[in-house]
Parts: sequence; structure tokens; C-alpha cells
Amino acid sequence: MSSRHILKLMTGFYMLVFFTYLFGPLAIMGVTAFNTPSYPQAFPFEGFTWHWFDVLFADSDVLYGLKKSLTIGVFVVLLSVPLGLAGALVMQQINRRARSLYYLVVVSPVLTPGVIIGISTVIFWRDFTTLTGMRFMYDGMVLTVLGQSSFIAAYCMLIILARLQRFDRGLEEAALDLGASHTQVFFHVLLPFLRPAMLSAGVLAFLSSFENYNTTTFAILADKTLTTVLAGRVRQGTTPALSALAVTIIAVTVLGAIVYEVVKRREDARRDTKLRAAEALDAQEMVAA
Amino acid sequence: MLASDGHPFVLLLPFVVVAGFWLLSLLDPKPVHRVSFWKRNGTAVSIFLIVAVGLWALFMIVLPQLFMVEMSFRPKLPPTAMGGARDIYTFENYRYFLYGSTRDSSNWNSLHLTAFFTTIFVSVLVTLFNFLFSYPLAFYMAQVATAARVRLLLLLLIAPYWINEVLRAFAFRVMFAGSGVINRALQGLGILSEPFDFLGNNVALYMGLSYAYLLLLVFPLYNAVESLDRRQIEAARDLGAPWWHIHLFIVMPHAKPGIASGCTLVLMLTSGALAAPLVLGGPRTLWFTPIVYDRFYQAFNWPQGSAYAFILLLTCVAFVLLVLRLTKLSLGEMTK
Repeated sequence: MSSRHILKLMTGFYMLVFFTYLFGPLAIMGVTAFNTPSYPQAFPFEGFTWHWFDVLFADSDVLYGLKKSLTIGVFVVLLSVPLGLAGALVMQQINRRARSLYYLVVVSPVLTPGVIIGISTVIFWRDFTTLTGMRFMYDGMVLTVLGQSSFIAAYCMLIILARLQRFDRGLEEAALDLGASHTQVFFHVLLPFLRPAMLSAGVLAFLSSFENYNTTTFAILADKTLTTVLAGRVRQGTTPALSALAVTIIAVTVLGAIVYEVVKRREDARRDTKLRAAEALDAQEMVAA
Repeated sequence: MLASDGHPFVLLLPFVVVAGFWLLSLLDPKPVHRVSFWKRNGTAVSIFLIVAVGLWALFMIVLPQLFMVEMSFRPKLPPTAMGGARDIYTFENYRYFLYGSTRDSSNWNSLHLTAFFTTIFVSVLVTLFNFLFSYPLAFYMAQVATAARVRLLLLLLIAPYWINEVLRAFAFRVMFAGSGVINRALQGLGILSEPFDFLGNNVALYMGLSYAYLLLLVFPLYNAVESLDRRQIEAARDLGAPWWHIHLFIVMPHAKPGIASGCTLVLMLTSGALAAPLVLGGPRTLWFTPIVYDRFYQAFNWPQGSAYAFILLLTCVAFVLLVLRLTKLSLGEMTK
């Protein structure tokens, strides 16, 4: 056997180990969702059942948490994408002396442990709302949105900044020369250019918010979200209903990913045909001239 | 100084810093043709930028941290005693972390100190393991695999991370339970005669921690290795370098920023993990974040909890600085 074959074999074996590690635990958990014993058990498989899904969807706490998590996710997207956009634009324009401090401040939440972000958000808003008499702001949902957005906005900023660096200032100047106002340039030139980055920032923001636990568990106060309900359940004892929930989440996200891929492909195809049509038109005009 | 006077001071501090930088920028000699901030963005957009960044940087990032640090130097008092004579700044919360008592300093607080150092030590080991485990994959994806294969691998990598951290930890709990698959398999093979307590002995916890943030190491590594010109590897090979030379002296130095940022991120996240220790920890498990959590919600001692959180934060900052110093990188290169 040549050394090339050995290398190939080793690579294959390593890949197998890596992806078994990645999917093994999830596969085992998935199996327990359909097995009859009341304790999550993958083997032996005693009988196929949908029972744990019924238990899951009858669980009012889980449904309440799910609703809260979705609401919080939407607000986090609405807050952190604009914040990230503003952060990225300011990063480009701020004077050099302040830039490194500014960068340090806005990127620090990415490197700060989530628990600390949760704790500091609660402490600050408790004192600040008391100080300013805005006690109604001291609410689990508001605090969670604020706490999560502080670092999710940083993710958004980094995504938008990456695209912003490829922006051609010539486009802006051209628009200004043609008589557009600065505000018009922002809405009709810059924003459309940044749209793809803002879309992916939005998707990422929603997902990070939805699955966040560390910050949420502090910031949510007495209220609950899906992850905090789950954590409580898991600590009380394990039931196959939790496996059923995991399976549901996997199914929904896989479906979402497929839809996203299809929509994106269709959009790409449409843009391609448009581009080709424009090119054909150009060619025609050239011939005519 | 009375601690109750601290708040207005802390509130004003960041505004003073911002004003300072603004004044500095006024002193800067301006190039003649440079457009001012207001003109470049238009009034409406300028207001949006200033309000948004002000809200984010000051009210969501800086002030909460400052308030937390300030609170960590306050004593724990009943609400009626706040603003009274006993409401003065103190180190007692930090003393408690070290000695287990706010006054007596004859004994070390061995429980919390052990938990703290165990957390750091285990996090470092978990990060190292994750690096060694994911490096070959990152290298394969970046330098060997075809584009179609890379797309597939990326999809496979991301898929498990759609599920939240709590459920991922739950999966490990199911797998490692007394009557779980692992125990049954080991017993079936005759390796164990009775179930081994993986949860109580932290095996499940350490595996779960490594699993939780593995992906966050693969991506920076992949990006960094990908930018390396393949011809450099070929040249080294032609000149007779053994395979480990190529990795150690060519690929890794090139991928240094990615390695540094991936490892720091994983280290931070692992040492700050809360879900995995709560779900996978046995009764004797020592991890620092659950202790911080308990300061708040079991002991109801917020100042002490703040002090513990601040200690964790300082450790993280120290690690980032250490990594930056060792690798001679700037923060900007690392968070790319």
C-alpha cells in the first residue's frame, strides 16, 4: 500500500471520528424522542411513538417561553441591525485618535462572557430606572432585548463593516454630482449596497437571540423564555419531551435553511437574467451605433 | 466617600471621556477638502448615527460595566441602611472571594478559589484539545478539499449549532446517563461490569464543553489557513520538508491571527459557560459561573456577585492581553 493510500485512509478515519462526535449525541437524542420509555432511552428501542410530541405541545410553560423568545428575537433584530449599521458607519468616519478606543468599546461585548453582560445590564437598569423614575423600563423582556443586543449588535457591525469596506466611494460622488442630497445618497445608494450584509446580520441576530442562555437567564428577571424554561426542565429531570423539542427545532431550521437556499437561488437566477438582458441590450445598441 | 454619591460620578464619566475626544478632534488640523461629518451624512442620518452609537456604546456597553464594577465595591445592606453611615466603599466582597469571610483572613476560601482555578485550567485544556481536534479539518477544508466538498462540510458543521446550548448539553446528558448508550455499549463489550458515573466524574461536562464551542474554532482557523498560497506548501515539500515541518513552520505561522482569535474566543466562552455546567455538572462539580449565579439568586448578595463577575471579567481581559502580547497581534487583526 502506498503512502498516498494510507494518508487517504487516515483522513477518512479522522473525518468519521469528527463528524460522529458532532452528530452522534444529537442522533441519540433524536432517537429517544420516538422511543416509548418515559426516561430518554435510545437503546433498546422498545416501540415507536409520537406521544412525547403531544406532551411537548401540551406544555404551557414551553409554549409561553417560545412566544417570549420569538418576540424578543424580533425586537433584538429591530434594535441590533440599526445599531450595527450605525456602529459600522461611525467606525469608518471617526477620527484616527478616537478610533482604537471606539473599536475596543464596541467589540468588547463579543469577548465578554455572556453572564457578565446579563449581570451588568440588570444592575445598571435597576439603578438607572430608579434614578430617573422610569421604573416601567425595569422589565425582563426590555432588559433581555437590551442585554442581548449589546453583543449581537457587535456581530452585526462586524458583518456590515466587512461589506462596507468594499463600497466604492465613487458611486456616492457620482450620485452627489447628479444632484442627490446626502440623505438621498444614504437611502438610495449606500443602503441598497449594504442590503445583503444587513439581511445576513438580521438572520444571525435572530438566531443568536433565540438560542441565547447565559445573558438571558439573568436579564429576564422573573419572566421566562424558551431557553430558561428548558434549563429549568433539564435540571429537574430528563424527559423525552425535551428530545422531542430538539427534534422539532432541527426540523424547523432545516426547513428554514432549505427555503432560504431556494429563495436565494431564485433571486440569483433572476439577477443573472436581468444582467444578461441588459448586456444584450448594450450589445444591440453598440451594433446599431 | 459615601457610596451613595458614586452614581452621578459614574454616570458622568463616559460623557466626559467622549467630550474630551470631541475637543481633541476640534484641535486636529483639518485637511481643507475634507467634508464634515454633518455634511457628509446629511442632518437626519447624522442624528441617527449619533443617537444609535451613543445608546449602544454608552448605555448598553460602558455604563452597565461601570455600574457593575462600582457595585462590587459596595457592602451588602438592607434597603433601609442604604445612603446611611455604613454605605461606604469597601473591599469586603473581594476579601470574601479570597478568605471566605468579610473580616477574618486566616483561612483561604478554598471552595471558590479551587473552582476558579479549575475553571481556568480546564478551559485551557478544552481549548487546546479543540484546537488539535479541529486543525486537521480546517486544513483539509482550506487546502485540500474541492469547492463543492467545502460547501457540504460547512453545512454539516453549522447544522448541529442551530440547536441551542441547553439542548446540546441535554444530548450529552442522555448519552452519558447511567443507562445511556455509552454505558450500555461498554457493558455490552464487557469493558465495564457496572455503569460508570460519567456525570459525577465530570467526563460528560468536559466533553460537553468541548462540543459546545468547537465550531467557533473551526471557522477562524479555516479562514486563516485558506488565505495561504498553496504553492508555499508545495515549495516546502519539494525542498524536502517533512509534513510536520510544513504545518509547524509554514501553515501555523501564517494562520497565527486565526489561531489566536479562535482560541481566545473558545477560551472566553468555555470559562464563561453556564448551561453546560448546570446541566452536566454532578453535585461535586466545581465551575465558577454557577457560583457567580448562586451569589445572585441563592445568596441574594448582588454586590458579592458583581465582585465575582468582575474577577471573571478581569481574568478574561488578562488572557486577551496575554495572547496579544505573545502573538504580537493587534485587537483589530484578531477580531477580523
